[in-house]
Amino acid sequence: IYTNLKTPLVRLESLILLEIVPTGVKIQLIDMLSGTGLSVIEATSFVSSKWVPQMADHTDVLRGIQRAPHVRYPVLTPNLQGFQDAVAAGATEVAVFGSASETFSKKNINCSIDESMLRFEEVINTAKERQIPVRGYVSCALGCPHEGDIKPSTVAKVAKRLYEMGCYEISLADTIGVGTPGSMLKMLQGVKKEVPINALAVHCHDTYGQALPNILTALQMGVCVVDSAVAGLGGCPYAQGSSGNVSTEDVLYMLHGMGIETGVNLPKVIEAGYFICNALCRNTNSKVAQAKSRTL
Amino acid sequence: MAAVMRLVNRSALSSVMGQHYAAFSSSAKLTATIVPTEAKINLIDMLSESGLPVIEATSFVSPKWVPQMADQVEVMKGISRKPGVSYPVLTPNLKGFQAAVKAGAAEVAIFGAASELFSKKNINCSVDESLQRFDEVMKAAKEAGVPVRGYVSCVVGCPYEGKVAPEKVAHVAKRLYSMGCYEISLGDTIGVGTPGSITAMLEAVSKEVPVSALAVHCHDTYGQALANILVALQMGISVIDSSVAGLGGCPYAQGASGNVATEDVVYMLHGLGIQTGVDLSKLMDAGAFICRTLNRKTSSKVAQATCKL
Repeated sequence: IYTNLKTPLVRLESLILLEIVPTGVKIQLIDMLSGTGLSVIEATSFVSSKWVPQMADHTDVLRGIQRAPHVRYPVLTPNLQGFQDAVAAGATEVAVFGSASETFSKKNINCSIDESMLRFEEVINTAKERQIPVRGYVSCALGCPHEGDIKPSTVAKVAKRLYEMGCYEISLADTIGVGTPGSMLKMLQGVKKEVPINALAVHCHDTYGQALPNILTALQMGVCVVDSAVAGLGGCPYAQGSSGNVSTEDVLYMLHGMGIETGVNLPKVIEAGYFICNALCRNTNSKVAQAKSRTL
Repeated sequence: MAAVMRLVNRSALSSVMGQHYAAFSSSAKLTATIVPTEAKINLIDMLSESGLPVIEATSFVSPKWVPQMADQVEVMKGISRKPGVSYPVLTPNLKGFQAAVKAGAAEVAIFGAASELFSKKNINCSVDESLQRFDEVMKAAKEAGVPVRGYVSCVVGCPYEGKVAPEKVAHVAKRLYSMGCYEISLGDTIGVGTPGSITAMLEAVSKEVPVSALAVHCHDTYGQALANILVALQMGISVIDSSVAGLGGCPYAQGASGNVATEDVVYMLHGLGIQTGVDLSKLMDAGAFICRTLNRKTSSKVAQATCKL
């Protein structure tokens, strides 16, 4: 049943949390990942460099990477301005970020969910004209740092809105990692009433160590796109203390162990992980990478 | 999936599961310092208060081999036994069993490996020979009316043999069960298992031993423990071994992360609506205590996340 699994999407935006990373390092990381078999690599984010200086080099990154055939390099575009800059820099796929929590939306981007949807509609309509696919994210899908529990029906409503506006895929994000297989199951049951399961992805954070069982639950429900970050770097910049993204290496280890074909070369991903961790003087968050480094 | 689970807390201070004492001594070194007896007793008492129904208290290995366990009798006598909680101890041989009973043990545990090489390298005999050695213990335990739990190590992978055949695990589990063990804990000693291999192994074992008599002991060396526990639950397993703060490493990989953290398991189980009887915040207090005492960071992500809030 898992033969349709697409490969994990690697989120480079994780680097937002860290010190300013040299553009050359970012480009090198993306190029290494391009050679691993991953089919989608999120390259950068066209947010205003005034707000997020770490992303000021978005154009340089997009122009500097060597695009591998059969690999897509989506970029985040929070608004029309960002979208236009992204296209000018050569982007061929973009993503927009909605929230399932009103409070989170207001604190994050200073507007309500509905208002944010109107902004995204502009981006999506413009993208349609240029035949650029748009992916939608729904953050706080399993819990909000301010509101606590989030109803599955609320997540479903936001996911449906994004899907109907024209997003080809909706990634449901457990932004603060509080989800468990119990809440994941309920949330997906709610969302798949409104959006076809093959248009859904999960983006699990590992803050409470629940990411892999949550991903497993999602797979068992028919989800076949999984977001992750190499070496598990980065978390949500807006959720205090969140330890963040699940490691691509650990996800792959599980998928391969289940006989799921991903087309990804795990040792090469581990290598890319070592590279970026060395460059950032950080320890990897990947248990697989840690285990492998000890056996070397 | 079972609505009620039994959690067995493996004390990292006594042993890493499934280890015969040659391996045990190296794992004990991982904790570096000899832990004061009082701290061990305090930890066990805190765990008793948290609602855990089974707390492995100590190990009746020879103190000559494992000095960290020299206080085994003191620990057994010093803990405040909560009614309804069992405090099993490891007994590698008859002598250990006798010492355990004398010290007040009301439940013991014995081991078998699912890998021949592991058995030979560890205790210098084949799996079958090792099980024969336990015959004495089983006999004495039956006479004394003391329940015995069986552990099987290397149930999906062995540091020497690589992959382990599910049928071999089933064979050892069946042996231990027919010898009289009331429950068999299946240990992924080096943490290499995934939902794929765990499922295959459990399918084979459950043909030979009723699922209600099985438990899983997953190591988190490759980050797979909770996912593996989830599939075990889905297959009807209702007893899970873990260790507070995830203390206790794999003796085969230096500084490796080993036991899955009880806090993280409880978080998942409660999220699934499963009753464990465990108070997570009291459990975290116990974890915080032992980490402070050992000057170690917790391996529990739930504990780390909660600290940050």
